[in-house]
Amino acid sequence: MAFLRGFGACVPERVVGNAEIAARVGKSPEWILEVCGISERRWASPKVTVADLGVRAAEDCLTRSGVAAASIGMVLVGSGSSERRFPGPACVIAQRLGVPSGVPAIDLPMASAGSLYGMALASRLAGEFGNILVIGAEKMSTVVDLEPADPSTAILFGDGAGACLVSPDTGRLRIVDSVLHSDGAFAEDLRLGFDGVLTMNGMSVIMQASRKIPGAINELLAKHGVAASSIGLFVMHQANQNLIVRVAKSVGVAPDRFYSNIAKYGNTSSASMLIAASECGTEPGSICFAAFGAGFHWGALLAQS
Amino acid sequence: MQDALIKDRIIRLVQSVSQKKEVPEDDENLFDSGFLNSFELTDLVEVLEKNFGVKIPDADVRPGKFMTLTKIEDYVGSLS
Repeated sequence: MAFLRGFGACVPERVVGNAEIAARVGKSPEWILEVCGISERRWASPKVTVADLGVRAAEDCLTRSGVAAASIGMVLVGSGSSERRFPGPACVIAQRLGVPSGVPAIDLPMASAGSLYGMALASRLAGEFGNILVIGAEKMSTVVDLEPADPSTAILFGDGAGACLVSPDTGRLRIVDSVLHSDGAFAEDLRLGFDGVLTMNGMSVIMQASRKIPGAINELLAKHGVAASSIGLFVMHQANQNLIVRVAKSVGVAPDRFYSNIAKYGNTSSASMLIAASECGTEPGSICFAAFGAGFHWGALLAQS
Repeated sequence: MQDALIKDRIIRLVQSVSQKKEVPEDDENLFDSGFLNSFELTDLVEVLEKNFGVKIPDADVRPGKFMTLTKIEDYVGSLS
């Protein structure tokens, strides 16, 4: 058994509105809002690293949870935009937080679904490792094509980090279960190659995500005999507001049951779901998390009070 | 079922999803021409499943298979 003990987040100060992006991609600010529901996003300054963002989100999480870094037994970091191939940000974040030397810090080099995978893994490992800090940290502004700008990606992405503390014995919500899936048949449809530029087949991503996210949610809820209508709040990867609305429709609940902050932060990939969780600010009784990302990897996680 | 009837059903479904009365050309790219956006293309896959009583596997849910009337017709025909 494992519990969600607290959340935290960090977003850069610089706000990048649609007008700035629209000028780069040759579209109008209104068009951007219409196709993805994003009004603005945050971009970090050039010197800020993925680890910098992750540390700040983790510190926020630990403060809000009332837990010291010294009591962390494992760190899991999901990120698809890390600055280098290795080492990834996990060990750097752990060291800077003051997590004791020797504690395992593991990178999950996954875009968009990294936080969900981290939470699911943490729920299964907390019994052995104790408190597990799960972090999603991304600097997507460095991987989208801006010169010349690719409208399909330049409008979407923002920078930020979210964090979650999974504990074996106490917390606000008990993690009931999770489902995880992967399918490499679509690996080419969303990728970040050695050239450092993100490439996306947007239609394929939307078509697959529109089926797989509700599929994972329905699979998980059916497994535990839980009706979607009884879930207090759904918190999914903030990929596109139109996708969030569509997933809500497929699951059979009103769109306002899906928490959304994509309008102000854009798609922050693996950070988005935990930033949303840290902001939703309610005690809904039960939360169903869901995510989908490059791979494709997707899944859902159910937590109840 | 005769090919013409299948094609007529597909056209009606495309019109229903797109909420457009025009009939696209057989090889007209439904996305490039503005007939369907990404989400409507996803809707189209769902209504094809319902109307033809088939389950389209996720592996086949690729834009290229549903981008024109001809391709949709070919794909639906391959399921029967």
